[in-house]
Amino acid sequence: MAANNGKRETIIEARGVEVGFGDRLVLKGADLDVYRGEILGFVGGSGAGKSVLMRTIIGLIKKRAGTIKVFGQDLDQLSDEERRAIERRWGVLFQQGALFSSLTVMENLQFTVRENLHLPQRLMNELAVAKLEMVGLDASVCNKYPSELSGGMTKRVALARALALDPEIVFLDEPTSGLDPIGAGDFDTLIATLQRVLGLTVYMVTHDLDSLSTVCDRIAVLFDGKVIAAGTMDAMLKSEQPWMKEYFRGKRARAAIGAREAALSPGNG
Amino acid sequence: MNGDSFLQESMQGDRLAVTGVGAWTAAHARALDSQISGFARRHRGVKAISIEMGRVEKLDTFGAWLLEKLVRETEANGARTEVTGLKQDYGALIKEMHQVDLDPLDERRAGNSFTYALSSIGENISSVGVSLSAMVNMLGALVTAILRELTRPGSFRMTSLVHQLDMVAWRAVPIVLLITFLIGCIIAQQGLFHFRKFGADVYVVDMVGILVLRELGVLIVCIMVAGRSGSAYTAELGSMKMREEIDALKTMGFDPTEVLILPRILALIIGVPILTFIGSMAALYGGGLVCWLYGGIAPDIFLSRLKEAIALNTFQVGMIKAPFMALVIGVVACVEGLKVKGSAESLGRQTTASVVEAIFLVIVMDGLFAIFFASIGM
Repeated sequence: MAANNGKRETIIEARGVEVGFGDRLVLKGADLDVYRGEILGFVGGSGAGKSVLMRTIIGLIKKRAGTIKVFGQDLDQLSDEERRAIERRWGVLFQQGALFSSLTVMENLQFTVRENLHLPQRLMNELAVAKLEMVGLDASVCNKYPSELSGGMTKRVALARALALDPEIVFLDEPTSGLDPIGAGDFDTLIATLQRVLGLTVYMVTHDLDSLSTVCDRIAVLFDGKVIAAGTMDAMLKSEQPWMKEYFRGKRARAAIGAREAALSPGNG
Repeated sequence: MNGDSFLQESMQGDRLAVTGVGAWTAAHARALDSQISGFARRHRGVKAISIEMGRVEKLDTFGAWLLEKLVRETEANGARTEVTGLKQDYGALIKEMHQVDLDPLDERRAGNSFTYALSSIGENISSVGVSLSAMVNMLGALVTAILRELTRPGSFRMTSLVHQLDMVAWRAVPIVLLITFLIGCIIAQQGLFHFRKFGADVYVVDMVGILVLRELGVLIVCIMVAGRSGSAYTAELGSMKMREEIDALKTMGFDPTEVLILPRILALIIGVPILTFIGSMAALYGGGLVCWLYGGIAPDIFLSRLKEAIALNTFQVGMIKAPFMALVIGVVACVEGLKVKGSAESLGRQTTASVVEAIFLVIVMDGLFAIFFASIGM
């Protein structure tokens, strides 16, 4: 997978990020590098601030200190215009999908395209269908409203919307939460496929040990407001840090990772 | 880059050689699309086309789809088309695009604007019927809920009722006081101004007393309550419906009518008459104040005149109407709240509908009451 970190381009670089709400400091100087073309899994206990760091990077939460560079540009130094240009180069999949409930699936997918590219309607329709097929749906859902979709379909449509402008980075906030294991597995495969096909960089906040062990190139661990480790699954498994030991080598983890080893070993043999 | 040609064409015997150049990406999709959309038509007679993609710098889904479209259109014209020189990395993307099936997109064209207009009229009319039956249903559900509560009074939700009373009655007092006071002032001022022309100043007291106690007090309060509490009920119940909280209640063996709706409507039925009383008094006070300061009618004259002008039944007429109006506002608000579907837009639409319907029905009811009271001589 990804061992030669030295050569790779850093696409997101967070240094000493501090974020707090009221008196409580959630992130106490988090450092994180994300390299171009990788799938980074970001883990941490519930309430540890995994989503907070993601939301800080995409600018939904203000930080108290630190710098965040995306595509090599410091987000604090940018003018509004430059910032919008950068925002067009990433896509975000929110935990609940965050599809616009008063627009149909088709309109949801075309929303950013319509605002940014001024394409003919016919072409936008075709592209929307193409995007839907890429995420494993088809044109029959085009005219449905988000409230008529199942949980898995909502996630897929939301992913298609995140990909609408062919972004270079996609942020996924717990993409497999609320899906059944088969659906979650499919979704992992889908993310891996899209990452390969489109050459995406994927920043995935997740709790799903299966996702972590099957699709993620690297894993970063948030603990006590800091990123305490970042590396491959094997490196995570070797860690002696108590929380990581419990997380990656606890009862649930052993089952998930054991299954992965079993699946991999004959092929590797 | 914009405005440049993305396709270079040259004939080689009976084969058309096309070379793609530039960046086939989202940013250039518009120009690329216009060059590609006419391509197949221009080269209808050509039997073989080869597309060389080796010089394309960058390809994303937009470019890949347009390439796929180009291939589809030329092949539909009967030209053998092959794509060469594509970078290895893009193979998977092209394969994805190749599987895109547009057929279902064309199937969804149905109906013209005339039938659409007719059907939307029909739908609107039938929705009025549905609304009415929903209200009757709600009334029935309320009555059964009340009967059930009577058999086991312990289960009545007193806390909820008190909370709702606090919200709809107690907290509404300042604004109701202010507005009805102002309305009283305005009526008295207008009355004085016009009655003075024929020396009937003192009859302003009759007008203010009868108008406020019979009609205006209760109407103003009801309109305010519909806007203030009716909309809140609809929005509360609607968002609970959206987030499946009402379904959750049902599965736990609770009746949503009993838990959510009954306390709310009871609070209105208790609260609106109180607000009507307070509001009427404030309006009379305002009217009296203006009569004194603007019309020179001293407070003691105002009061003695008022005693002659109105009887107890004037006051009763206003107060009897109040609980019925409250019931209508509450039922409409709850019915509309439960109609909310999944979207944020539908929540907004039902909240608007709730206020508009409630005010409309309050005024219709007022008219019916006027006929009723006239015929029984009150």
